[in-house]
Amino acid sequence: MQEQEQVNIDELYADARHWHVNTGGETIHAMRVPGRFRNFKWFASCLWLLYLIAPYIRWEGHQAILFNIPERQFHLFSITLWPQDIWMLSLVLILLAMTLFGVTAVAGRVWCGYFCFQTIWTDWFTWLEEKIEGTPVQRRKLDAAPWSLRKIRLKLFKHTLWLLISILTGVTFAAYFTDAFELWHSYLTFNAPQVAWVVVAVFVFGTYVFAGFMREQVCFWLCPYARIQSVMVDKDTVLPTYDEGRGEPRGKVRGKGSEGRGDCIDCRLCVGVCPTGVDIREGMQEGCITCGMCIDACDSIMDKVNRPRGLIRYASEKEMAGEVLPPLFRRPRVIAYSTIFLLAVGGIVYGLTHIPPVELSVVHARQPLYIQMSNGMIENKYTIKALNKTSADRHFQLRVEGAPGVHIVGDAGAGIVLESGKMVPFHVFLAAEPAALKGEKMPLRLVLESIEPPAIRMEYDSVFIGPARH
Amino acid sequence: MAKPNKPQHAPDTGHEWDGIRELTNPPPRWWMIAFHAGWIWCVVYFILYPAIPLVHESTKGILGWTQIKEFKQAVAENDAIKAPYLKKVAAMSGQELLADPGMRNFAESSAKAIFGDNCAGCHGSGGQGAPGLFPNLADDAWLYGGDFDTIVESITDGRQGNMPAHEGELDDAQINKLADFVIAEAQGKGTAEGLALFNEAGCGGCHGEDAKGGAINELGSGAANLTDGIWRFGGSRDEVLRTIRYGVNQEDVPNTRVAIMPAFGGKLSPEEIKMLAVKVHELGGGK
Ligand code: SF4
Ligand code: SF4
Repeated sequence: MQEQEQVNIDELYADARHWHVNTGGETIHAMRVPGRFRNFKWFASCLWLLYLIAPYIRWEGHQAILFNIPERQFHLFSITLWPQDIWMLSLVLILLAMTLFGVTAVAGRVWCGYFCFQTIWTDWFTWLEEKIEGTPVQRRKLDAAPWSLRKIRLKLFKHTLWLLISILTGVTFAAYFTDAFELWHSYLTFNAPQVAWVVVAVFVFGTYVFAGFMREQVCFWLCPYARIQSVMVDKDTVLPTYDEGRGEPRGKVRGKGSEGRGDCIDCRLCVGVCPTGVDIREGMQEGCITCGMCIDACDSIMDKVNRPRGLIRYASEKEMAGEVLPPLFRRPRVIAYSTIFLLAVGGIVYGLTHIPPVELSVVHARQPLYIQMSNGMIENKYTIKALNKTSADRHFQLRVEGAPGVHIVGDAGAGIVLESGKMVPFHVFLAAEPAALKGEKMPLRLVLESIEPPAIRMEYDSVFIGPARH
Repeated sequence: MAKPNKPQHAPDTGHEWDGIRELTNPPPRWWMIAFHAGWIWCVVYFILYPAIPLVHESTKGILGWTQIKEFKQAVAENDAIKAPYLKKVAAMSGQELLADPGMRNFAESSAKAIFGDNCAGCHGSGGQGAPGLFPNLADDAWLYGGDFDTIVESITDGRQGNMPAHEGELDDAQINKLADFVIAEAQGKGTAEGLALFNEAGCGGCHGEDAKGGAINELGSGAANLTDGIWRFGGSRDEVLRTIRYGVNQEDVPNTRVAIMPAFGGKLSPEEIKMLAVKVHELGGGK
C-alpha cells in the first residue's frame, strides 16, 4: 500500500517535471507572425478605437455618450436615461454576461484573445516596442546590454509613448463623465477638479503598469474573467488545439529517423509567438488566452515544409477524439444562454421604447392615515413626486378616478408646472364625506395629464383611507 | 533576468510527508513588490493617522485628522450650501414661502428634522397628536388660529390653555346636562334648551354664544369650537364631564387638564420657526 502511493507520487512529480509556472520573472517578447488571427485581432483592436473617439461625438447639441453623474442622467445619442430606468442596466449586464458565457461555451476565451482591453493595450504597447526596439531577439539583447546612450534613448522614447497612450486612455475615460472638450481644456490649464486628476492618475498608472509591465501576469494571476471563462469551457468548445496524433513524435524534418516522425518539426515558433508564453503542445492550459497566434505561426511553417495546415487549429476535445460536434442549437447551454440573452434584449428594447416622459409616484401619508376635519370631511394626504424627463417645462393637471365622492382639496390639482429635469415633491389632499366611503380603504387612481400637447397621461394607483368601521 | 519559475526544480526545505516535499519556490517578484508596497503603506498610514491604541487614547498621527473634525467639516459644508436659502427664508413672508414651491419644499424638508427633534415627541411624527393628550396638527381645528403668522406665534411663545373648573360652581345635574348638550351639539343635534343652559352657565363667554368658539379663540384663551366633532380632550361622556368639572390648567385642581405648549422662541432660530410653521401649515389644516 505504502509502496503503491509512493509510486503514484513519483509519477505526479515526473508528470510535472517540465511544468513551468509563469510568475513574470521573465519578460515575454513574443514574435509577430502575420496571418488570419493576427488580422482578426487588429480588427478587434479597432473596436477599441471607438472607445477613444466616442466622447468627442456630438449629438443634438450635447455629447452623444455622457454619464452625467451630478444631474443623474445618462445620455446615449437621442436617449436620456434616468435613475428610474436603472433596471435596464441590470438587463445590459445580464446580456453581456450571457454573451460572454455563450461565446465562451462555443469558442473559448474569445474575449481574452481578441477583445479584452488588457490584451489589446498590451498588443499596442508591444507593437510600439517592436517598432522602437526591434525584434524579440534584439529586444532581449537590449534588455541584457549595459546602459548606453542608445539604450537610454530607445527606452525613453518607448516609455514616453506608452505614457502618452496611458494618458489618452485615462482622459478618455474621464471624458465619458463630463464634457470632453472642456475636460481637455481643464487638464491642459491645470484647472481640472480633484476627482478628475485622481481618475486620470489611476488610469495612467493602471494602463502603463498593466499593459507595459504586468501584461500576461494580469491574465494569469489577477483577472477573474480568466477563471470564469475557464469553467465555461467543455468538451464541445472549440479551442486552439495541437493535434497530438498528427504532430507526434516531433522532430526535425530531415535527418536520421525523420521518416517515422509526426508533422511537428519542433521549431518552437508556436511558443515564440505566444503572448503569454504558453507551449500549446502541452495541451490547453490556464495561460492560453485563445488568441490564435500560434495557429498563424504553425500554419506558416506547415506551408513552408509542404504539409497541410491545421496542426494547431481551433478544434474541440470531441473533434480531436474523432467525434462529431452536435449542432449549436442542440446544445443545452447554448440554448439556455441564448434564451436569456434574447429575453434581456427584449427587455431592453421594451424599456428603451417605453421610457415614460414623466415619472410619477404617489406616496400616501402614513401618519396620520386620515385627517378628520372640523366640517366632518375626511382628508387624506398624498405626496406627489413627478419628474419631467422631457426637455421642456410642461403644465399638468391632476385628477382622481375610480372613487366617486373623493375630490382634490382646493385647486391643488390644476395648473401644476413641472420643470424640465427637476423633481419638486408636493402634497395634495383628497377629501370625502364619511358617507361616501365604501370601506376603511378605498382604491383610487390619480391621473396626471398634460394640459397642452403632446398628450401625456400618467396614472398611479393608491388608496383613500377612512376611520375604522366597527 | 530571473530564472523561470519551475516548481519541481526548486530545492526543498527538507520537510517531507509521505513523499510530498515542501519546496522553496520564491513568490513571484511582482507579488513581493505588492507586499512591500503594502507594508510601506501601513507604516505611512500609521504615521499620518491615528492608529496605535494606547492605554487611554491612541497615537494622534501627524495630520491631526479626527472623525469629529471631518464631521464638523461636513456640517460646515452643508451649512454653507443651506445659507443662501436660509437668508431667503428670513427675507420672505409666510405667504411668499407658501406660494413658492421650491422654497416651500426646502422649508418642509429642513423642518422635518427640527420637527422630529422638538415637536414629534408630543404631536407625533406626522403631527397627528395623541388623542386626549396632545392636539392633532394635521386637521383644520385650531384653538389659536391656523394662519401662518399665528402658527409662528404659537411656536415662538408657546400656548397655555385656560378653562375654569365648574365643580362647585354648577351642580351635578347642570354639569351632566351641559355634557349632554355639547356631545349632542358636536353631532349637530344640540337643542335650543341646551344652548340656553350653556350660555346661562357662562360657557358662551369663551366658546361663543353659538358654541363655535367664536372670535374669542383668536384672543388666546384656546377655547374650542364645540360643534365640529373634534375633541381636544376626548369626546366620550366621561372625558367631557372631566373637562367641565376640573377645567384646563387650573392651579390646585388635582384632576384638571394639562395643556401647555412650551415656547420655542429661545431655543430655535426665527428661520427654523418659520420653516416649522411652513411644515405645520402644510400638514393639512393651514389657513
Ligand atoms: S484573462 Fe482577463 S485580462 Fe487577460 S485577456 Fe482574459 S479577460 Fe482580459
Ligand atoms: S497558446 Fe496559442 S492561442 Fe493560446 S495564448 Fe498562446 S498563442 Fe494564443
